Amino acid sequence: MQTSTLILALLVLTAIAYQLGRARSLRVAGGPRGARKLHSLPAYYGLLTAIWCSLPALVVVLGWQALEDRIIAGQVVQSMGGGVQELTPGELSLVLNDVRNVVAGNVKPDAVAPEIATAALRWQRLDGLSRTSAAVLALCVALAGGWITLSRIKPTMRARNRVEQIVRVALMGCSLIAILTTIGIVLSVLYESLQFFRFVPVTEFIFGTQWSPQLAIRADQVGSSGAFGAVPLFAGTLLISFIAMAIAVPVGLFSAIYLAEYASRGFRAVTKPMLEVLAGIPTVVYGFFAALTVAPLLRGVGERLGLEVASESALAAGLVMGIMIIPFVSSLADDMITAVPQSMRDGSYGLGATRSETIRKVVLPAALPGIVGGVLLAVSRAIGETMIVVMAAGLSANLTANPLEAVTTVTVQIVTLLVGDQEFDSPKTLAAFALGLVLFLVTLLLNVIALKVVRRYREQYE
Amino acid sequence: MNKPDPLRTAQEQGRIRDLVERGLRRRYRAERRFRAYGLAAAVSGLLFVGFLFLSIISTGYTAFVQSYIQIDIRFDAELIDPEGKQVEEILRMGDYSGVFKAALREKFPQVEGRRELRQLYGLISDGSAFDLRDMVLDDPRLIGQTRELWLMASDDIDQLVKGKIDRKLPEDQRVVSDLQLGWLDALTAEDRVERRFNRVFFTAGDSREPEQAGVLGAVVGSFLTLAVTLLLSFPIGVAAAIYLEEFAPANRFTDMIEVNINNLAAVPSIVFGLLGLAVFIKFFGVPRSAPLVGGLVLTLMTLPTIIIASRAAIKAVPPSIREAALGMGASQVQVVAHHVLPLAMPGMLTGAIIGMARALGESAPLLMIGMVAFIADIPGSLTDPATVLPVQVFLWADSPERAFLERTSGAIMVLLVFLLVMNAAAVILRQKFERRW
Repeated sequence: MQTSTLILALLVLTAIAYQLGRARSLRVAGGPRGARKLHSLPAYYGLLTAIWCSLPALVVVLGWQALEDRIIAGQVVQSMGGGVQELTPGELSLVLNDVRNVVAGNVKPDAVAPEIATAALRWQRLDGLSRTSAAVLALCVALAGGWITLSRIKPTMRARNRVEQIVRVALMGCSLIAILTTIGIVLSVLYESLQFFRFVPVTEFIFGTQWSPQLAIRADQVGSSGAFGAVPLFAGTLLISFIAMAIAVPVGLFSAIYLAEYASRGFRAVTKPMLEVLAGIPTVVYGFFAALTVAPLLRGVGERLGLEVASESALAAGLVMGIMIIPFVSSLADDMITAVPQSMRDGSYGLGATRSETIRKVVLPAALPGIVGGVLLAVSRAIGETMIVVMAAGLSANLTANPLEAVTTVTVQIVTLLVGDQEFDSPKTLAAFALGLVLFLVTLLLNVIALKVVRRYREQYE
Repeated sequence: MNKPDPLRTAQEQGRIRDLVERGLRRRYRAERRFRAYGLAAAVSGLLFVGFLFLSIISTGYTAFVQSYIQIDIRFDAELIDPEGKQVEEILRMGDYSGVFKAALREKFPQVEGRRELRQLYGLISDGSAFDLRDMVLDDPRLIGQTRELWLMASDDIDQLVKGKIDRKLPEDQRVVSDLQLGWLDALTAEDRVERRFNRVFFTAGDSREPEQAGVLGAVVGSFLTLAVTLLLSFPIGVAAAIYLEEFAPANRFTDMIEVNINNLAAVPSIVFGLLGLAVFIKFFGVPRSAPLVGGLVLTLMTLPTIIIASRAAIKAVPPSIREAALGMGASQVQVVAHHVLPLAMPGMLTGAIIGMARALGESAPLLMIGMVAFIADIPGSLTDPATVLPVQVFLWADSPERAFLERTSGAIMVLLVFLLVMNAAAVILRQKFERRW
């Protein structure tokens, strides 16, 4: 039975269970007029029956789905013999892929080795068996759950409280997903990183200045030393982020000041949403813009001035990233500036200060912690930004501070290392996870500091 | 306190006034300068927006038209169905590119030699063979007849017709040869070249040939991925928000959940891609490149946005409503289900739409989980390999063919239209249903 059919069947059963539960509660209470004797409204008895009918069965189905593939694969490998068990995980997954292809019908059974074909046959049989047993088990659980609940319905049963208890637990479960996600990120990145550090020492990774992750297949291959020193990546990331912030902070801050303090109502009403449009544009669009408009433009200008500008310069990527971050900085700064109480401004005006003096000497210092927090958030965003640098910054790991040269960043390398086929036992793939770990930790640190700063500041005036 | 000397005070006052007035001009200048900086910053922001849109629209609007060439096609039975059996399998195998090549040779009989012929065949897209095949399969009586048909021009010719290739360049620097230029001019003189609305762009999947490439595959992929994201993230996000706002006890555990949500909102999206790769694909064995795994990753990514927006919406429901319901004997769950949730729903939906808009534009985490593969078919289910619109943009932006440049911009315009519609829906929803108490 297909999983979708099974789920549909369960849904139908659940609907029936609801009706049965509702009807039974009325019957044990002695007809519709006896509903007063029930502890809860009849619908709650129906709901309770429906929940016990569907919930355990769904758990069975999902659990089965999650484990099915592995168990079948294990069984098939067991049965194959012929030294298959001694293969390395990489080779084993290749063999299993062949089997899967036959099972899925992408490859004709007579086009592969006979062992593979028999394994595929076995797979198909096990798969069918597993599907049938899953369906039978799930339906049995559903019927049993529904029947047990039905048989327990009495007028004194506290059905509403039970339903509400389940609802509360479900709500809490949903909010736990946030924690699970964090744990998932930490564990997955950490686990693969630890694998990576078995190949490459931590110190070499953090302090090494040579990055060339291509592993040599032949001993005499040029340029494939497999060096994993990430300093050039960190430097490139910082260079591009620095350029971006050099654009975004002044422009964002000054436009926020202008819009909050000087602009007429009409100008503000037009300009603010227009700037916010920048925040809604997908980053891939910025990447395209950087690679196909800004980079050639910079190159042309550079040529005219007699400067050598790489076609994938750090400047182009940083510039466009800065544009992307402008609305982020400006809207946060705007919030902070408008949160400064008017009385502070009035006090300054009363002493004879001009508007700009008030802003520079009173409003900005008062808003500063919040603005710093916003800028830190913007930095963390710049460091983690991917598409712009993938499309506009290069792949060459240069250790340079010259913005006209090509540099590469942490995110670019993660993407390059992981796009395409991955083997989870090669340091090349695992290096991406180590870089991800660094990225996660750095942005986490920035975010925690920024959120703390922003929160503390907000409390001050509220 | 001794009285100040009135004479001296007057003197001093005059001096101070003098000083202030002398400084005043400088201070006003500084004021004007400061104000000009602000204006310049705001205007440069606007200019960036304008420049960005201008550059994309000006390169992209031509993607919505495509050049066609009219030519007399003889459906030669020799090439299509030599034995005259008219069976579908045989009709399917026919040499349809031979058909239009023969037509081109007939049109320009003076062309000789392999190289020149190859240039001649290059006028028309290879994909025309499939169009001709479909026509014959639809109506086998065509075989043996001659029809005047409009066939799709190849990408380079299309670019030339659109004026994107400079005719004045020396021949070795442009992709279209002098001979092809001559043929095209001859066809244009006979009114046999036409630009039409590019239907293929909206009805086809990806292709290696720019003129046959379309966004439909990516749009469907995006739709399926977002469907998974919405179905998972909206209920879970709303439930989490309800728990945190209405039920959670004020303790360290709740604090931890909140800190987690705030941090997840700021984690770089690529890290979610790593999570998806390690957990969903490697550990749970979800098929790669599929909308299912894409949707799961985007769910985790948009959850914080939806939770934060939903909490704000729940917070905006005044406590008096809860108290009234509690006073009437409703349980806490009933208060939430019957009163708070319906009143907060518009705000939650707005948050969900904004979260979906962000998920629609996201591409970095999807690169990690294999949604960058070249996929020509339009995905039909959640486990088919698929790609999404922003990733399609990324793929086309990487393609060397010139004609992909305008198609990339065209795809970006399609993406932006979707985003615009979603954001407009959010704004309308907010304005229509927002209640102030």
